[in-house]
Amino acid sequence: MSASLLSIADLGAEGIEQILRVSDSFAEVGRRSIPKVPALRGRTVVSLFAEESTRTRLSFETAAKRLSADVLTFSAGSSSVKKGESLRDTVETIAAMGVDAFVVRHPSAGAPAQLAGWVDASVVNAGDGWHEHPTQALLDCYTIRQVLAERDGLAVEDTGVGCFAGLRVAVVGDVAHSRVARSGVLALAALGARVTLVAPGSLLPPSLEGWPIAGVSHDLDAVLPDLDVCYLLRIQTERGAGSHLPSLREYTAAYGLTARRAARLPGHALVMHPGPINRGVEIAAEVADLPRSLVLRQVANGVAVRMAVLYLLLAGDSQGDMLKETVSG
Amino acid sequence: MAERERRLTPPRGGVFVPRVQVLSPEDVVRALTRIAHEIAERNRGLEDIVLVGLQTGGVPLAFRIGQILEEMSGGAAVPVGMLDVAFYRDDIGIRPVLPEAVTDIPRDLAGMIVVLVDDVLFTGRTIRAALNALADYGRCQAVQLAVMVDRGHRELPIRPDFVGKNLPTRFDEQVDVSLDGVVLGDVVPR
Repeated sequence: MSASLLSIADLGAEGIEQILRVSDSFAEVGRRSIPKVPALRGRTVVSLFAEESTRTRLSFETAAKRLSADVLTFSAGSSSVKKGESLRDTVETIAAMGVDAFVVRHPSAGAPAQLAGWVDASVVNAGDGWHEHPTQALLDCYTIRQVLAERDGLAVEDTGVGCFAGLRVAVVGDVAHSRVARSGVLALAALGARVTLVAPGSLLPPSLEGWPIAGVSHDLDAVLPDLDVCYLLRIQTERGAGSHLPSLREYTAAYGLTARRAARLPGHALVMHPGPINRGVEIAAEVADLPRSLVLRQVANGVAVRMAVLYLLLAGDSQGDMLKETVSG
Repeated sequence: MAERERRLTPPRGGVFVPRVQVLSPEDVVRALTRIAHEIAERNRGLEDIVLVGLQTGGVPLAFRIGQILEEMSGGAAVPVGMLDVAFYRDDIGIRPVLPEAVTDIPRDLAGMIVVLVDDVLFTGRTIRAALNALADYGRCQAVQLAVMVDRGHRELPIRPDFVGKNLPTRFDEQVDVSLDGVVLGDVVPR
């Protein structure tokens, strides 16, 4: 079984730092007139998405192509899954064609981990149910570090993860259904940030045991003036979030980042959102387009961060991948 | 990036044990000064010259040569860049290859004369990777190669244009180059 990235919990602060550092080099590749390197020539990456996606899928596929890997795209809707083929049979069929990595999105938590046990290839979790979305957390950390470096007039590569120490972050909204929240909180806390969850009780997970958070609040207005980063989550109506709320309008009234609320943030505070945005629900349209809103920069950084993840997993030698070696020390 | 650095860099790097000093710090500066003059002579001036140091051993040497050229020319700055060739290496998948530092090429290289600067020329594989990397920054007018030490053992048809010191070595020896001098030694596993 090859090395896989299934959860932020597997990485630790050192592993996250390693990925961010290698991402710096790939960000430079992205700025060139020919943004492509031959590093993964001859490797094959399959993007296996059993759930819809725009940015994650395109971001991973762009990343793999910029590394010169060959990319196979699998979508459940137009495959033999329609004829009743099981996930295991599907995956083993693809693996038999000779594949080095599966990038997997699946509506069931744990599907990528299970898949990693079936095949020899590396598996990258690109979002599994309510569980985790590790590359989203990594690109969010990269984006925060990039903005903090710019603010200090430094190159991002000269800024260590020390910039996260004591950073006050609120993760606002549908925490219960959010894999982004779970990965994000784990990553930010590992790097030393103080994370507060802000949500109505009905959108918090039944138990917060094991969540490395500084606190929970039900009052966004009270939290806003003390924030460095306001991270908004999408209300996941497709996972039934709507039934946990009296109405979306009521949610917006209490937890939406309206223009009036955004004005309560300190001048330096950043606004982030993993996308896709529900304009007018968790974030007002005019706030999403403010300069302090990093939504599109998050997307841009996603390619470099995913290049780093694929490179570290696939470019190792027979003795193991480079991600593991960093983790183990 | 010299062979030495890759062997000394974790993961799985060794420890460099020095044996004999080959060049003193003054010798290194003299050699760099001579190389700077040779660069100017060969190219009939400094027009269109860009120095590119290979991460990490070639970078301080490239900056020093740039400084000498600037003094020689009465203050006209020669652009100096830094190139990390990790993603172009031919040993990816054979051993762990990690970038040492971020590449920084100060300008479009189309039409420029690029002088690659590295500390040690050994198998030539780093230079092969560097040539491929440079091609992604534009079509250079010419690429020339300056190294502090040519230690032999080439595995590819690559030769240097400017050499600080020709130093015959055993294949398993290591050469350590810095502005503090050139030292011959061995690498022992950690």
